[in-house]
Amino acid sequence: MKDKQFILGVLVANHAGVLTRISGLFSRRNYNIDSLNVAETENPKLSRMTIIARGDEYIKAQIEKQLAKLHDVKKVEILPLDDTVIREHLLIKIKVTKQTRSEIVESVNIFRGKVVDFNIDSVTVEITGESTKLDAFIKFAAEFGIIEMCRAGAVAVRRGIAPLSDENEFLD
Amino acid sequence: MNITGAQIIIETLIEQGCDTVFGYPGGFVLNIYDELYKQSDKIHHIITAHEQGAAHAADGYARVTGKVGVVIATSGPGATNLVTGIANAYLDSIPMVAITGNVPLALLGKDSFQEVDTTGITMPITKHNYIVKDVSELADVIREAFSIAKSGRPGPVLVDIPKDIQLQSFEYSPAPLAEEREPACPSDAALEKVARIIAESKKPYIYCGGGVIISGAGEEVAELSELIDSPIGFSMMGLSAVSSNNRNYLGMTGMHGRYASLKANSEADLIIAVGVRFSDRATGNKLRYSQKARIVHIDIDPAEIDKNIPAYYGLIGDIKVTLAGLLKKLDRQTHKEWQDEISVMREQEKSYLPKDTEMHPKDIIEKVMYYTDENTIIATDVGQHQMWASQFYRIKKPKTFLTSGGLGTMGFGMGAAIGGCIGSGCGRTLLITGDGSFGMNLNELATAVSNRLPLIVLVFNNGVLGMVRQWQTIFYDKRYSETNLERKTDFVKLADAFGADGFRAGNMNELDAALKKAFEMQTPVVIDCIIDKDERVLPMIPPGGSIENVIVN
Ligand SMILES: Cc1ncc(C[n+]2csc(CCOP(=O)(O)OP(=O)(O)O)c2C)c(N)n1
Ligand SMILES: [Mg+2]
Repeated sequence: MKDKQFILGVLVANHAGVLTRISGLFSRRNYNIDSLNVAETENPKLSRMTIIARGDEYIKAQIEKQLAKLHDVKKVEILPLDDTVIREHLLIKIKVTKQTRSEIVESVNIFRGKVVDFNIDSVTVEITGESTKLDAFIKFAAEFGIIEMCRAGAVAVRRGIAPLSDENEFLD
Repeated sequence: MNITGAQIIIETLIEQGCDTVFGYPGGFVLNIYDELYKQSDKIHHIITAHEQGAAHAADGYARVTGKVGVVIATSGPGATNLVTGIANAYLDSIPMVAITGNVPLALLGKDSFQEVDTTGITMPITKHNYIVKDVSELADVIREAFSIAKSGRPGPVLVDIPKDIQLQSFEYSPAPLAEEREPACPSDAALEKVARIIAESKKPYIYCGGGVIISGAGEEVAELSELIDSPIGFSMMGLSAVSSNNRNYLGMTGMHGRYASLKANSEADLIIAVGVRFSDRATGNKLRYSQKARIVHIDIDPAEIDKNIPAYYGLIGDIKVTLAGLLKKLDRQTHKEWQDEISVMREQEKSYLPKDTEMHPKDIIEKVMYYTDENTIIATDVGQHQMWASQFYRIKKPKTFLTSGGLGTMGFGMGAAIGGCIGSGCGRTLLITGDGSFGMNLNELATAVSNRLPLIVLVFNNGVLGMVRQWQTIFYDKRYSETNLERKTDFVKLADAFGADGFRAGNMNELDAALKKAFEMQTPVVIDCIIDKDERVLPMIPPGGSIENVIVN
């Protein structure tokens, strides 16, 4: 498959309905979305989205251009994978017994995670990192039994001083 | 001054240069209508028979005037009735502002009487939409709606206003006309690059679309064609951009394009595509589209470049400004061989035209042209009659040909003709419709009559849904499923019932007499023109086909 994942950094107006507008654009134009994260920025008028999407070069270019046309989209940029810090966040609740508890806690340290809740028969672990690291931990945890888990969509910023660029500010 | 939301709406409309609105009242726009009543000397409201008609009228008005068309409807069914009209404007990039009322804020989301999620429903068919939840934002939202509707690539914008917002008061002070953004122009280097590509071409073909009309660049296209000795073909939306008298005019290309235009389109070594979007109806099979040609694609919307057909080179900018810049970089060219080839194509086209016919749609349109002039507004509905009008009506001026391109909306015609007529200052308007399409919107005859519009409705009455039936003839082995209408509607009596005049034309003499009488009148007339149900629109490139598959007779 020529389909590749790519990451979009998008600055949008911070008001109701913007998320629907963006996700609506993806569904009506038949684009695939792998994950989407959105939250307010230091400027309360703006939210920042990190969208992980998938497609060939054609789809990639179309997504960027169609997003840029939306009135609520202020900036959009495809972030270069090799020059961007990408982080995901995982909360995972794992079954424990007296026998397995220490092994799990040890592994949490190796993964630079944190135990955030601790019980007789379960621990909840928080881990931040790239998706491969999270995948690895999930695989490990599965050996002991995952009770539930929750994974937030990736957030990403480019390395270096430059913020999202203006290059793609198209006309409506 | 401190005024109510409803007053702010009307003041802002007036401030934004709007003097005509189309619409239909109802419970959740009562306050707006109350203000319209008080301000009727400044803003003229036209009530239609149905909100869809009002939306198409605002669309037709915008197409003729180049201004933003405005339509008002109540919540719930009023808003849903606008949907087709808004979608139609969206697909044809028509500047429109739709204002809808909604239930008071406190009742939103409670499935209240006549409540629908209007912004949710219209999100994918508007350039942008709003629900106003704070009266302090109302005036600026409406201003922004106008600005978005007409800037860049135009489109419809909807503003949904809950009833309590219309009642609350806020400070209002007039603002200047919403600014259109500076027309964008490509860099000098890009223009030079395109000039070089054009200089290398021996067989150029200018492919002119609706964007040329929107940007008012018909003259620049004509100049370009003259300077580089290039024929001009058109998408249906682009048809009125350049006068059909132009020596390089080849007419429409695409599925039912004229033969010479199709052929030149496919033989060209360079397609200069201006303000088109290469819709599937225009290209047929994309993989086999104009394979011999490099494509230079000029459009204001960057997302159109490479969307449907990959461009050899894309130029993003306002078409008028871009072409003006390009013209300065070009040297005069002549392409004798290419022009000779095109002359042969034109001869071939003539040989394919119906001969010795009586009451062929082409004959009817030629007869009509005897009575119309360059200022006559021509509107169409959707079907075979629309294609015949597009092929044979010789349009002379931009913004005089109103047809539903992207959405192909049967029922567009009456509303569009009414809006277009009013937009032209109640000038002579002619609607070419079909019996099926007219059936979808003939209620608007009432509107035409109330407003005493000089509107002639020419019904190409074949008794069938001709265009669909044509596909059944060609692709479904003549299984005419639900396309033979077998109605007993008497359009002459119908006209009479609406307070209009009606004539029937079963042969050319009757048609001539009917047209003569109709053009002498200044009020709505319906001409029921009987034609053969088996007539087909030709040429036809079957869907997914290319010029190799063209059916010519
Ligand atoms: C609202 C709508 N419904 C259905 C269609 C599909 N359709 C396209 S052309 C056509 C037939 C139109 O019939 P008529 O208006 O009589 O025109 P004719 O083709 O006979 O000239 C139909 C049903 C459409 N374009 N729009
Ligand atoms: Mg018909």
